[in-house]
Amino acid sequence: MLIKKPDAIKPSEITSENAFVNRRNFIKSQMLLSGGIGLGFMSPGLQAALQPDDDLTPEEIVTSYNNFYEFGTAKSDPVQYAHEMTTDPWTVEVSGAANKTGRFAFEDVIKGLDVSERVYRFRCVEAWSMVVPWQGVALGDVLKQFEPKTSAKYVEFRTLVRPAEMRGQRGVFQSMDWPYVEGLRLDEAYHPLSIMATGVYGKELPNQNGAPWRLMVPWKYGFKSIKSIVSIRFTERQPRNSWNVLAPHEYGFYANVNPAVSHPRWSQASERRLPSSVFSPNRRPTLPFNGYADEVAGLYSGMDLAKFY
Amino acid sequence: MTAFVKPVVFLCLLAPLLWLGWQISIEVSSPTAALGADPGEAIVHFLGEWGIRVLLLAFAVSPLQKALKQRVIGRQRRMVGLFAFTYVALHLLAYLFFYIEFDWQALSADFVDRAFITAGIAGFVCLLPMAITSTAGWQRRLRRQWLRLHLLIYPAVALALIHLYWLTRDGFAEVIAYTFCFVVLLAYRWRRS
Repeated sequence: MLIKKPDAIKPSEITSENAFVNRRNFIKSQMLLSGGIGLGFMSPGLQAALQPDDDLTPEEIVTSYNNFYEFGTAKSDPVQYAHEMTTDPWTVEVSGAANKTGRFAFEDVIKGLDVSERVYRFRCVEAWSMVVPWQGVALGDVLKQFEPKTSAKYVEFRTLVRPAEMRGQRGVFQSMDWPYVEGLRLDEAYHPLSIMATGVYGKELPNQNGAPWRLMVPWKYGFKSIKSIVSIRFTERQPRNSWNVLAPHEYGFYANVNPAVSHPRWSQASERRLPSSVFSPNRRPTLPFNGYADEVAGLYSGMDLAKFY
Repeated sequence: MTAFVKPVVFLCLLAPLLWLGWQISIEVSSPTAALGADPGEAIVHFLGEWGIRVLLLAFAVSPLQKALKQRVIGRQRRMVGLFAFTYVALHLLAYLFFYIEFDWQALSADFVDRAFITAGIAGFVCLLPMAITSTAGWQRRLRRQWLRLHLLIYPAVALALIHLYWLTRDGFAEVIAYTFCFVVLLAYRWRRS
């Protein structure tokens, strides 16, 4: 029988080579961001990931074309019905392998954290994409205040379950189990690009976009960026995630944007940048890691991305 | 009195197409105002939805005629069938324009790799000979073969339902409702024959 010895240094404590090499850029970009730099004057570090033709998707589209199955499966359902959800008061339950667990008021969780502006490409697994100016706090800052134990390797998030206010959760012919669950490896969660968005287009996050806060991990397909989060759990083992449970051969845990690995039912090689028009689908090639490969590819070195899709 | 039936049915079946044309004309002058952020997808889905509905209606003509004992219903058969074909053909055309951009390599890749595309195109291929031979001339020429040819409606509807089922991510209410209609009509046809 093999007895596993614990590693001398926990993997979670090792700084990735990429982060180490880029530490100066990271510090610089953080300083610029905390200086309150608006749209258009993004820090060089984050601007670099945007392409010259990455025009912002208009606000009315960002807030009216949404996948939020808790309110129905049509893109137009969330904007129509999400106002039925109460977001104040909002409680966040923290559990699992951390020193500070319990129930916290949402305001207390984000109090004192730096809010910065992040313009990110957003790529849905359905092969459409947007460019969105989010406001948010670094996910790492959020998580570290709960003092995760060294045994914690993953973090799991859950969306609110409240069928009385979320009509999609009362749907009869929907096969998804509630709550919606998502997860990240802790080193992914600590990556400076990972944020908890609390606003979009300079306003508080509208309900249909995941009020009062939602994950935003720009190098992964949109379904990873779970909305209206009420639970954060630190785990040692890889958490389940809703779409993977529903269709394991179609949606993986990692869900990194990857033009080389097709969804079984459609190609991921290209995407329709919204808004498209009746004259053109506005199609463009999809970039590995949604164009953030320089920043995040190091997280997955040595992994077979076709296997861990 | 029955003379009014045909124009009324014609207008009813044309109405969704007119509505779509109106929406597209709004889109041309003010983008995203009528069909939203992804008008191409909206057009493809709209045409596909009406394709399957009118296809089911065409499949229902014979059972309805027998159940209601109104011969006027049977006389709408060809028109309803041709409308079904029109919606499905436009659906395919919209897919070729918005998703494939008439890139035949992309189409063959989709046809081979994506089962729901294979099913959809197979369904269209079932409809094609029925549409081509819908004229009185072909009906005369083919005689009894013409009736046998129209058995293709069975695989056509079945393939359309499989196509819809395979492309649905979640929210199966629609595909269940359409399948229920199909099964009821099938049961009725079998009981009568």
